[in-house]
Amino acid sequence: MLSTAALLANTPPQLLPARELMAFTLASHILLVPFGVALPLITLLMHHRALRRDDAVALQLARRWSAVMAVQFAIGVVTGTVLSFELGLLWPGMMGRWGDVFGLGFGIEAWAFFLEAVLIAIYLYGWRRLKPWTHFWLAVPLPLTALMGAFGIIAANSWMNTPQGFRLDAQGNPVDVNVRQAIFTPMFGPEYWHFVVAMFMTAGYVVAGVYAVGWLRGRRDRYHRLGFTLPFTVAAILTPVQFMLGDSAARAVFHKQPVKFAAMEIVWKTDTHVPEYLFGRLNTDGTISGGLKIPQLDSILAGFKPSTQVTGLTSVPAADRPTAVQATIAHWAFDIMVTVGSLLILLALWYAWSWLRHRDLPRSRWFFRCAAIAGVACLVTVECGWITTEVGRQPWIVYNQMRVSEAVTDTRAGSLWAMLGIIMAVYVAVFGAFLAVILKMRTRWRIADEGSASARAALPPESDTPYGPRSEPEPTAAGAAPGGGSDRTSSGAS
Amino acid sequence: MMADLIAWVMVLVIAAYACAGGTDYGAGFWDLLAGGAERGKRPRWLIDHAMAPVWEVNNVWLIFVLIIMWTAFPTMFQAVFAALWLPLALAAVGLVLRGAGFALRKPTRRLAQRRIYGAMFAISSLLTPFFLGAALGGIASGRVAVGTTASADAWANSTSVLAGLLAIAATAFLGAVFLCSDARRFGADDLVDYFRLRALLAFAAVVLLALIGLPVTHSDAPYVWEGLTGGLGLLLIVLAAVCGLATVLALLRRSYGWSRYTSVASVALTVGAWGFAQRPYLLPTSLTVAQAAGAAHTLRWLAIVTVIAIVLVGPALVLLYRLDTLGELEPLTDADTRAARTPGDNL
Repeated sequence: MLSTAALLANTPPQLLPARELMAFTLASHILLVPFGVALPLITLLMHHRALRRDDAVALQLARRWSAVMAVQFAIGVVTGTVLSFELGLLWPGMMGRWGDVFGLGFGIEAWAFFLEAVLIAIYLYGWRRLKPWTHFWLAVPLPLTALMGAFGIIAANSWMNTPQGFRLDAQGNPVDVNVRQAIFTPMFGPEYWHFVVAMFMTAGYVVAGVYAVGWLRGRRDRYHRLGFTLPFTVAAILTPVQFMLGDSAARAVFHKQPVKFAAMEIVWKTDTHVPEYLFGRLNTDGTISGGLKIPQLDSILAGFKPSTQVTGLTSVPAADRPTAVQATIAHWAFDIMVTVGSLLILLALWYAWSWLRHRDLPRSRWFFRCAAIAGVACLVTVECGWITTEVGRQPWIVYNQMRVSEAVTDTRAGSLWAMLGIIMAVYVAVFGAFLAVILKMRTRWRIADEGSASARAALPPESDTPYGPRSEPEPTAAGAAPGGGSDRTSSGAS
Repeated sequence: MMADLIAWVMVLVIAAYACAGGTDYGAGFWDLLAGGAERGKRPRWLIDHAMAPVWEVNNVWLIFVLIIMWTAFPTMFQAVFAALWLPLALAAVGLVLRGAGFALRKPTRRLAQRRIYGAMFAISSLLTPFFLGAALGGIASGRVAVGTTASADAWANSTSVLAGLLAIAATAFLGAVFLCSDARRFGADDLVDYFRLRALLAFAAVVLLALIGLPVTHSDAPYVWEGLTGGLGLLLIVLAAVCGLATVLALLRRSYGWSRYTSVASVALTVGAWGFAQRPYLLPTSLTVAQAAGAAHTLRWLAIVTVIAIVLVGPALVLLYRLDTLGELEPLTDADTRAARTPGDNL
């Protein structure tokens, strides 16, 4: 009790708004990351199919996905830029002391991202004039740049979890920096692969989910079938892989950040034969209320045998570990992530079974209902994974080296609260508008598809040449006039 | 030694952002002044078309600036973000509104919504360069030092305000010059003269502000003032002025091909002159490059990363700009993705 009070006394008032602001902006940005990282690959797979088999439906899907990508990428760029500002605005203490130790990861991310921005611009705007295969091949490095960008960011984050690659001098300042060690930290490998696969799965399930909804509403044409099957297959293949990666990541935390692991599993006292709690709440006196207790399981999961010793939260002073509330938050986030992951495995198995048996999608409506919510569930899981790793590290911003309270800016709490209010209002408006624009695009496409359904019987699906000059003169300068250009367009489509 | 090199890389990246990002901000500035929906339709159409493929790339330079700052000069990064909290926070908000406004305006098909997104984009195109310029002014005037706490004095002073206004004028100049040649490229001949006039006006504004700046900054930012009015700093400033005048001449003679290069050179040279003027300080007169430098090993690796970046990003960037100027990059239209009008669409 006393230590909690001391902890509160040491907490500067601007810490709470600074953390809320960082949490809010990161939580928002992270929802767009799966699409920045993985949507290019999924689109390219579809694009490749279109070119290889001269498949007009696939081409249409690839084009529409790239139209969505254009808006999504733009919003992702700006929310990402805000984060790099916030590292300075909110955590100048961390950047000032440790910037030269772990900053290089961001440097790698920056050039990878630069390349991604260049290539994505060429891809998005190259549909009309570039030669089909040239256009495709120019975009092929895109997924690689995305992986490289993720490499840089995860290198920085994993360093915050398991900092190394420096020595502290007498004043406690880092010296003898070794960049290679600072990038390839113990948590880097597990975190990186877990993150990357999560991004691909999420993008796959979200995109497939859109077409699953259409399927449930009775639109059972080839367009919806293809739009569902390709991304869903990518995601379903990765799901069991992710389960293994997640497991190894959790075990890496057990070995490298035992106190964080204790928070994730709400283990109070270091012990063997530790039970596993599914959900439940940790109280400040170490008791656990609610939740489902499974004897011995935590020790078994951590070290494959019940006699494995699991470090408890009380192994370090109260000031050096997450509070009961923080531990409970990390625990719930972790459990939700594991639960959703397990359910997704069942979904992937269902799909695989049906494919092996009939070479076809499952016929059950329940399958499509589950597929429709799998994307949302994945987004929730991404948030949970991030909460687990960030809240579980408390009170450290650099694990065992610097507290969050030492890194925070000196700016008054009032200014930070005001900034939080402004950013929340702006982000709600921007994300709301983004969603509205995307939904509007979908509606316009659906109307066009339904309107042309009757005409399609007589005409090939894509009557216009997919590449090169249009069959009708392009509205040039005057095309910007309302009515003129888009009128012609719509009459052409319907 | 290595620290000096990285410091120059940082100046170069800032110059690149000032030119590439600056052109974009300038386009936003003219979007703001283009008039009502009817009158401003054609300039806005041009701005949309010219900016769309390159604006994301143009703005990534800023991320590079920040990363080089915190990786190579962490103490300077900490000092700058502590002292200039408010202008930098406002610039960040401006960046969000600007990017989102521009990205969301394109796929929107209703006039009322386009107006809102357009206003978001245009107003923040004015505010963001102002605050970034004001932050630079705060640094140049020596108001930022290690340990300076956030205060209005660091950025609400005559040098900062002038630097902010100069940033706006310079971006407007760059934007108009580029839009001139874009107008010709897209065959919108009426807009060539429209933006030619604006480029000349913006240049006049730059000159006027620079002249006002001379006496105002003399006592307010003495160190940088001395550097800019003597030695290499002065040489670069003179070269920048020559390039600026060459741009004006090219515009008057309607040779728009060259005007883009000379306008970019004049802005880049000005940034370079500021770099020379501030030597050897990162934060005049309290923190030198050598004092602020981070770990030697990191600096070496940052140099390697920079070289890799140049090798990989350089050709890609050239390809993008080349395709763009050749008119190979065009947005997908409703016909390409097959979209229909929905009730309420009026664009």
